[in-house]
Amino acid sequence: MTLDVSRREFLRVSATAAGGMLIAFRVPAAPATPTPPEPEFAPNAFVRIAADGRVTVIINKAEMGQGICTSLSMVLAEELDADWSRIGFEFAPVDPVYAHPGFGIQMTGGSTSTMGMTEPMRQAGAVARAMLVTAAARRWGVPEADCATAGGAVAHPRSGRRAGYGELAAAAARLPVPDGVPLKPAAQWKLIGRPTPRLDTRAKVEGSAVFSIDVNLPGMLTALVAHPPTFTGRARRIRDAAARAVPGVVDVVDVGSGVAVLAKGFWPAKLGRDRLEVEWDLGEAATLSSEALRQHYRELAGRPGLVAHKAGDVDAALAAGRVLRADYEVPYLAHAPMEPLNCVVDLRADSCEIWAGSQFQTVDHAAAAAAAGLPGAKVKLHTTFLGGGFGRRANPASDYIVEAVKIAKAAKAPVKMIWTRTDDLRAGYYRPMWHSRVAAACDEAGAITGWRHTIVGQSIIAGTPFEPMMIKDGIDSTSVEGAADLAYAIPNVLVDLHTTKVPVPTLWWRSVGHSHTAFVVESFLDEIAAATRQDPLALRRRLLQGKDRLLGVLELAAAKSGWSTPAPAGRARGLAVHPSFNSFVAVVLEVSLERGWPRVHRATLAVDCGRTINPGTVTAQLEGAVGFALSTALYSAITLADGQVEQSNFHDYRMLRLHEMPAVDVHVVPSEAQPTGIGEPGVPPVAPALCNALFRLTGRRIRRLPIRREDLA
Amino acid sequence: MITLEVNGRSVVVDVDPGTPLLWVLRENLQLMGTKYGCGAAQCGSCTVHVDGNAVRSCVLPVSAAAGKKVTTIEGLTEPSGAALKQAWIELDVPQCGYCQTGQIMSAAILLRQKRQPSDADIDACMGGNVCRCATYVRIRGAIHRAAALARGGAR
Amino acid sequence: MRRTLDRRVLLVASLAAAFALAQCRAAGPDPAAQARSAAAWATVYEVLQHPRCVNCHPAGDVPLVGEHREVHPQNVQSGGNGMGLFAMACPTCHRDENTPGRHMPPGAPRWHMPPRNTPLVFEGRGARELARQLADPSQNGNLSPQQLLEHVKSDPLVLWGWNPGEGRAPVPVPHRTFVAAFQDWVEGGCRVPE
Repeated sequence: MTLDVSRREFLRVSATAAGGMLIAFRVPAAPATPTPPEPEFAPNAFVRIAADGRVTVIINKAEMGQGICTSLSMVLAEELDADWSRIGFEFAPVDPVYAHPGFGIQMTGGSTSTMGMTEPMRQAGAVARAMLVTAAARRWGVPEADCATAGGAVAHPRSGRRAGYGELAAAAARLPVPDGVPLKPAAQWKLIGRPTPRLDTRAKVEGSAVFSIDVNLPGMLTALVAHPPTFTGRARRIRDAAARAVPGVVDVVDVGSGVAVLAKGFWPAKLGRDRLEVEWDLGEAATLSSEALRQHYRELAGRPGLVAHKAGDVDAALAAGRVLRADYEVPYLAHAPMEPLNCVVDLRADSCEIWAGSQFQTVDHAAAAAAAGLPGAKVKLHTTFLGGGFGRRANPASDYIVEAVKIAKAAKAPVKMIWTRTDDLRAGYYRPMWHSRVAAACDEAGAITGWRHTIVGQSIIAGTPFEPMMIKDGIDSTSVEGAADLAYAIPNVLVDLHTTKVPVPTLWWRSVGHSHTAFVVESFLDEIAAATRQDPLALRRRLLQGKDRLLGVLELAAAKSGWSTPAPAGRARGLAVHPSFNSFVAVVLEVSLERGWPRVHRATLAVDCGRTINPGTVTAQLEGAVGFALSTALYSAITLADGQVEQSNFHDYRMLRLHEMPAVDVHVVPSEAQPTGIGEPGVPPVAPALCNALFRLTGRRIRRLPIRREDLA
Repeated sequence: MITLEVNGRSVVVDVDPGTPLLWVLRENLQLMGTKYGCGAAQCGSCTVHVDGNAVRSCVLPVSAAAGKKVTTIEGLTEPSGAALKQAWIELDVPQCGYCQTGQIMSAAILLRQKRQPSDADIDACMGGNVCRCATYVRIRGAIHRAAALARGGAR
Repeated sequence: MRRTLDRRVLLVASLAAAFALAQCRAAGPDPAAQARSAAAWATVYEVLQHPRCVNCHPAGDVPLVGEHREVHPQNVQSGGNGMGLFAMACPTCHRDENTPGRHMPPGAPRWHMPPRNTPLVFEGRGARELARQLADPSQNGNLSPQQLLEHVKSDPLVLWGWNPGEGRAPVPVPHRTFVAAFQDWVEGGCRVPE
């Protein structure tokens, strides 16, 4: 199915001083060269209306659970005045027209989908509506201004005439596409802002939603890959006779990143891989250990790093006044999406089709084409539903995609490459481990006069094509976000960074740098509150004067959680507030200890993410963020010993389970501001809120995640 | 050759008898609703019913299902199963959705045994089903809702 | 007629139980056998305190796992009849034999824990306490000493302790040594050590 796609690029404007993004865009017009006649009306790359009235919205984002396929459909349907019951969607092919308006490539991440695509989708829907009105007005010989649209039809009230969009599609398709049309005022919205059932729910409940792992092709082989045990390992010698002898095994291939066993199904591939004997050169990563890294990081934290942010004279402030110091540590984290990484490749002599749950279409497509040795135009990347992304499926190295293409090259048959859970956990591209050393000076009145934060850890951006954009003067902005841009009013601040070079591949992980900086900042602030005998809420209020959106969520969460009332017997509350991805979230957790282990009873969240498109999605993302973040606060860590990842499945990379999930109350601050991120901002404040509650409960301060029993004893 | 009944249909599959039922369902029978999440009975995404009992199909050799009745999400048509699906849709439970069929199959066992499950019953039933998106709040709510629907005779 | 039969059955049953108890309690004719019984308990106790045994004979409602008696993950509970609850019944994950591979669920026919009404707790039991407990049908699941012996000799769940699957330490005392010690213990009168 072809679409009218233009080759115009979206314009891009850099971030404003307030941290928001201004996006200028143009909805692409029809191409200059005529395309074959279609029975459908497709005025732009984002919508298609069929003769029977069905509306298909083209979603240029990866649906990984954040509900974007519904939100963007709502936005377009609103302006289109569509009949919501006739709305469907598909995932976009790879094309420059689908590039992220801010980042210039087709991708999903940074909690920017709603923010970036709301206006373009509104325009896309509005343009289609305008053309349908024009078509109807011409057909009836009436002024356009006398026509109205609702529920997927154009009406002319004066004469009682009415035509569904399907009836008008062919006529509208013959019209020139206007360059921009007025949008509906918010006061007239019928869909946007209303809780709307998601379009993908039924398929996911019935089991018919297609993830890439579900794609089957005739003659397809399944590949399981033996990866080197270290990150710098390569196969030196392969003995595969026993593997090949397994019935159903078709071939064994060294593709560099590992040794693939190709078979007629997962099970023979797995049995074959079990029988593979590979001698590995382990490389320099063979001596890696988490313990050694921790020592090394601790030592580096004592030395001055590259300055990421400086205000006033922190040394002077720390020389006067009362000083508190602390070290905070967090481990490597795997993304561990429920659908382990996998990819289906159908590679032929002069064409290639790939199915993947990609968050990084432009990059993955280019990498696949290069690996296949084909021009990009001959390679099609089909984006399926993602069984979880969290950033893992947006890899500048396109690791699993390239591996699958290489296997397909050797296979001479369609290939489904599946990583087992163990493969997925051990394949790297983790949220880095971090060490933070903080020091703060307070005066007699309890005001913070100085704040120093030294951060030690790897750069996720170094060595990627994003380096020129995101590393400035040696500072990877993602390493210090949430720390170098503190909202708190502190006159003397120094944030410095040691970027370490460790042969562990790293990557963004849901909330990126905020996943470690918020833990440090919000925990240490609580330490200061305790040391100066201030209520944690009062201290924050004091330091956030004028930061209305942060104060707004803070006060709302405090009020709704009963912060100023005593907690029930045996329980304590902890508080944290953190801005990220242009949104503002405050969290209060109510916690007790059960047999020495934290039990979170209730989570109260307040969020300001601007205008909400689908309130149900906002609530769901925050509920989910609480559980996601509690998993890492309580359980998850990737650790290394002798160069190898120690964890292998969910028994040792533990997840929070249903019986441990608190009740969650989400309160959304009503806002007319442009929509901002919601996929990630719920994560950062949760771990510090938990640790702050535990301090009130036990008097023990947690400075290292995941929490260990002995930390609370 | 192994004969078993899947969703009411008798099937004969020619596979290594040690092949986990999960892969027979997905690869030989093209029933893709049952998912692979861990291969070690640690996540519950592969949950099916065998002779009415919940089983993690990723560790059940297909030989152990020979001659038995297997039900997957595609064949969950009993009233409590329909109530669960309806409740799941009403509450918009799924986010990424990958674990959800396994969640529903586990919950179906609970509703068969308890008309009005308590929160403690839900805790006891669902601990084997991981949701990385942490839709747990809505899973709990949907189980309560499904139980109410089933008691009220809703379709 | 029926009632008389019932009464007779009851009489025979209680005589049998009394005899069984008497078998355990009565001093054997042979002081040497008694001494052997008391000594043999040490071996039996060592086995019963091994993780492969203790883990399914915990003090609480939750089985234990591993070499360090960690609480079974996934909120598993014994559920009254020892078979687990709802979709978390033991056989949901535990098959009739060990699932091959490390960190895979162990398995044996009818994988389960003792039911709540006959808890048969090994965890935290001292040597004397456990000997007394095992010798008493009202605390051991209503088994006679011969039945106990048969149980440890051939019950698949017991035998599993010596074939626990990859990555789990089997009971270090050989099974036949354990059975021989158990036999000595029973035949010498189920002696409780000093």
